[in-house]
This record gives sequence, C-alpha cells and structure tokens, in this order.
Amino acid sequence: MLRYVLRRILAMIPTLLVISVLVFVIIQLPPGDYLESHIAELQSQGEAVDEQKIQFLREQYGLDKPLAEQYWYWLIGMLQGDFGYSFEYDLPVTEVVGDRLFLTVIIAMATILFTWMIAFPIGIYSATHQYSWGDYGLSTLGFLGLATPNFLLALVMLYLANVYFGTSIGGLMDAEYIGEPWSLDKLVSILEHLWIPVIVIGTSGTAGMIRRLRANLLDELQKQYVTTGRAKGLPPGKLLRKYPLRIALNFFVADVGSLLPTVISGAEIVAVVMSLPTTGPLLLSALQSQDMYLAGSFLMFLALLTVVGVLISDIALAFLDPRIRLGGTANK
Amino acid sequence: MSQDHFVSQKPFNAHSIEELTPAQEKYYLASQWKLMWWKLRRHRLAVICGVILALNYATIMFSEVIAPYDLHTRNADFIYSPPQSIHLFHEGEFIGPFVYGRDYELDLEILKRNYPERKDDVQPLRFFCSGDKYRFWGLFDASFHLICPPENGTFFLLGTDRLGRDMFSRITYGARISLTIGLVGIIISFTLGIMIGGLAGYYGGWVDASVQRLIEVIRSFPELPLWMALSAVLPVNWSPILIFFGITVILAMLDWTGLARAVRSKLLSLREEDYCAAAELVGAKPGRIIGRHLLPGFMSHLIASATLSVPAMILGETALSFLGLGLRPPVTSWGVLLNEAQNISVVALYPWLLYPVVPVILVILTFNFFGDGLRDAADPYK
Repeated sequence: MLRYVLRRILAMIPTLLVISVLVFVIIQLPPGDYLESHIAELQSQGEAVDEQKIQFLREQYGLDKPLAEQYWYWLIGMLQGDFGYSFEYDLPVTEVVGDRLFLTVIIAMATILFTWMIAFPIGIYSATHQYSWGDYGLSTLGFLGLATPNFLLALVMLYLANVYFGTSIGGLMDAEYIGEPWSLDKLVSILEHLWIPVIVIGTSGTAGMIRRLRANLLDELQKQYVTTGRAKGLPPGKLLRKYPLRIALNFFVADVGSLLPTVISGAEIVAVVMSLPTTGPLLLSALQSQDMYLAGSFLMFLALLTVVGVLISDIALAFLDPRIRLGGTANK
Repeated sequence: MSQDHFVSQKPFNAHSIEELTPAQEKYYLASQWKLMWWKLRRHRLAVICGVILALNYATIMFSEVIAPYDLHTRNADFIYSPPQSIHLFHEGEFIGPFVYGRDYELDLEILKRNYPERKDDVQPLRFFCSGDKYRFWGLFDASFHLICPPENGTFFLLGTDRLGRDMFSRITYGARISLTIGLVGIIISFTLGIMIGGLAGYYGGWVDASVQRLIEVIRSFPELPLWMALSAVLPVNWSPILIFFGITVILAMLDWTGLARAVRSKLLSLREEDYCAAAELVGAKPGRIIGRHLLPGFMSHLIASATLSVPAMILGETALSFLGLGLRPPVTSWGVLLNEAQNISVVALYPWLLYPVVPVILVILTFNFFGDGLRDAADPYK
C-alpha cells in the first residue's frame, strides 16, 4: 500500500512540471510584459515614471533575463514558497491570493459534498427503479441540469432573486464581514451564503454523476452474483447494500478525479457572475492586465488542487479496491 | 384404416428451416449505416431533437431573411424597449397579427425608459415584405424579409438593447457564429484526436506513454481558466475573423483528449486482429492500415461521441464571450449578446436582455439528446 502511494506521489511530479511549463508559456505568450504596459499607461497620463523602481522590479523578477532563466527562478521560487509579486496589487502573490484560495477550496469541497449527497440516493433510486416514472422524471431533470451552463444558471438565479425577493444573492458573506479577520460570525455568514453558489456550481456535476452512477449500478445489477443472492433469499435491501453498491462505490470515489476540474473551472466563472470573493474574478483581471505572476500562480494553484484531489481519490480507491494495487499502474 | 398419413407431392426443400423471411433478409443484408438509421429512428426524442437542430442550422443560412431588422440597425428612439407582444384581436374584432403603437417617457426618478402602449393605435405586421437592405450571401443586394415592422412603426419581439437594436434579429444573427463555432471546432479536435490517438494506439510504446501523459496533463487542468488564459493571449489588434478562428482553435486544442483516448484504446485491441496482421504482411503502410482498415470499424461511434462534445464547445465560446475574453463586437454571438447582461442591475431593469440564454440552453439540450440517441444507434450489432 505504502509503495503504491509513494509511486503515485512520484508520478505526480513530472505531471506538475509539465503543467508548470505550460502555465509559464501561456503567461509569457502575450507580447510585452506588465511593466511595459504600466509604463505606457503612466506616460499617457503624463505622470512621472519612477525609473528606479521599474529597474529594480525588472531586475528583481528577472524580466530582462532569457525566458528559460525566468522560468527557472519562478519554479525555484515556488518551491520555496515565493510565488512572485503581483505588479497590479503591489503585493506578494501569496498575500493577494491567500483568503481567496481558501474560499475557493471551501466552495469546491462543499460542492463535491453536495454532489455526493444528492447524486448518491438519486442514482441508486434511478438504477433500482429503471424505466419507472420516477426514473424518467429524474433523468429528464438531470439532463436539464447537465445542459444548463452554470454561469447562465447563476445569472438567471440572480435575476429571479432580485425580482421575487428583492435581494442580491451575490457575494459570499454579509457586507460587514468583508475584510474582517476570521471569526465565528463571519463563518456563519459565509455558510449562510454558501448554498447558492454550491447549488449553481454543483448542478451539472450532480447530473453527470447521477447518470454515471445509474449506468454503473445497472451493469452490476445484471451480473450473476446478484441473481445468486436473490435465489438464496437475501432481502433486496441487504442484497443491494452488500454487493452491487460496494462495487459502484469504487467508481463513486474514482469519479472525484473527473469531477474536480469541472467544479473548479465552474467555480471560476460562477464567481465572476456572482461576484464571489474567490479566485475567479481575480484571475480574470490578472489575465486582462498581464499581471503574469499572479495569473501564473493562480493557474498553478488550480492545477495543483486538481492533481492533488485526483491523487487523494486514487489513494482512497486503492484502499477500497485491492485489485488496483495488484494491477499497479496498468489499471486504466 | 386411417387416411391421416399422406406424402406431400410438393418438392421438399431441405433448407426450409434456415431460410429467412424477406423482412429478416432485409435486416441481415442492410449496411451498417442503414441499421444505424433504423435504430436511431426508434429513438423518438433523438429524432425530434435532430430535426430541431437541423432547423436551427437551416436558419443560419437565411438569417437576413428571418430577422426583421438588420444586425446593426439602431432605433435611437427605442432604447431598452421591452418586448412587444403580437395580438390578433382588437376590441373583440379579429384583425390578424398586429402590435400596438408605443409612446416614450422617461421615469426621471430612476432614469428608466418606459414605453406605454397606445391601445387605440393598431399597427398590423407585414409579411413577405421589403425592409432593411442587406447583401444576401455577399452576392446580391436584397430587402426581402419574412416579417417586417408595420409602416412607421416598430416590431421588437424580444425588446431592444442599449443601442435600440432588436434583440430577436440579433439572436437570429448570433446563431450564425454560435452554431458554427462548435462545428468548426469539432472538425479540428476530431482530426487532432484521431491522428494523435491513432498514432498512440498503433505504435504503443513510448509514443503511447508520452501521449498518455500529455492527455493527463491537459485533463487535470480546469478547462475554463485555461481557456481564459489562452484567449487573453490573442492579440487585441486581430481582426474579428482571426479572433473567431483563434477561439475555435483554443477550444479544439483542449477538447481532443477524450476522442484520442477512445481511438487509442480501441486501436490497441484492434491492431492484434488477424486482418490487421494480414494488411501488414502484404506491405500496407501504418497510415493506410489505421485509416483504411482500423478506423472505419468504429467511425460511427466516434462521430456519435463527437456530437456529444459540440455543446461543450458552444458553451465554451459563450462563456468566454460572456466574460469579454472571447469574440468581441461587432461580431455577434450569443455569448457576446449575453455580455450585455453581465450587470445584474441592468438585467433587473431590462430582463429581456437575458433572452439569449434560451437558445443556448435549447441548442445544448437538443445536442445532448441527439448525441445520446446517436451513440446508442452507433453500435447497431449490439
């Protein structure tokens, strides 16, 4: 078991390296850098450009060095916990990102929990009552959820809340807590606001999971061991719980891997629409103003979050299903 | 003596049991595509969705004719005008489709424009008429429309935007970009997926390993932030057409992985088949073996799964344009239209700006159902 975990962690390293190269290339692709556009902007406003500061920043962050070297320093810096400097905010990236990243993680985890809680019973019901009215109704509902883009859902919900309740459901906490240090009241306020983005982000993932769980469980239910169990007189509930459900559960855990990227990227755009204080809006503005370290570190964080999430789901899967360890990496 | 037993004089056909009825024969001799069609036809919902999609795609050929106004026609007197409903009866009397005329007043308190209806001013709509001029397919000038606003009147079925442009016309025109971007994108990602997946599956070994890692990396990236980053890279001074292709390529670049995986796993097993070895022995080149012998075996399945990823592309474009990172005006897509609905305080006052949501969801839903039916039908021998 330990060897399996170690091997998975080692396999993560090259993946992350390739991702970091990819991210670096992407943030370097636009012509020019933030300092150049910053200087141009200052000059167009007729303001004095602090040459010394610019020069200092340029040297500090190696903007005058070749790309390979810049990449090297960025990578080394990240390993040491220095994620670079946000030019726009005039702050180290970690300080800009801190809280927001934390909230992103909270929303992502809450969304996955929500997805599980909703998808699990509905998926089981749909599979055990195949072709019943309930199954048809839930499937249609699931398809609708799958097809409705979550940022549009957010937009429509914002509008409806505005019309029928006269309130804005945007934001993640009451206005008085913004910028305040963490406290119990703040946490409660966040929890009160959390459910709307969680539902909005979670719908498509939930719908997809219901469909996959239903298909998986249906496959299992047709197998012979189920017939054997039934022939031997096991009550249906116990039969379901003891055998097919356990196998379908494996898939359930493994599915986190495919769920995480959707949840995180869904969270980004919903955050922009609902003005949540997570990474979404910040990433958008960083990309637009070429604040490259900020944007790059964000992309890197998000990728890391996904890769680690997949790793955890794989390890959990290995605990549940001994075949995976024996099969080594050949299990696909 | 019983006469029950007798010998038939007819010639005996020893194969009578094995013979097929004409219906069975037709079934067994039918080509794969024919079987697929039969199977698809039984899937009612998929057929209905297919028809809706076909109609949608047909409209983009004739957007100019269907839209009552031109894409850029501004009605400066009717900014943020709410939708006008079509009436048939005026004071209990049948008149035919008409709209009521409108006044304009400004609510000075909240600076909102109001357009109360003049209930005595009946303005019949015109059909098959001449209205805004356009250049049809870039070939000749025309002014024919299916439906036009009344003489000296207006007809805003879905209201107008902040420049007084008719939303219905703009949504009709927007379909052009929004619907084609998915198709163009899928062609690119289909080609990429088949080529890369084919190479990986056929050669195996290190080619396969590196392709697998690449796919893993791309898949482990949350796709929207990556799209955002990539489209932020597109130079601002590019022409709208270039941006369109840039966005398409970006969407396609991240979409091919699923298809490549399917092709790869299928090829890995198929290349061990005898007919593949036979082709190799008579000296066929890898490209020919993959393209001529291996791929056609599951092409139908690939096309079906490609159909299922079109909606993701349409959605990707909508999301990017909505955020202001995708297409930019004057190019009009549903995402660009929704960009105006980004501000919730505007939407609260002028909710008809949200109308482009409807075609987006409709198209995505129908694509999903159609693709689902197609995928079930793709394996007719099952």
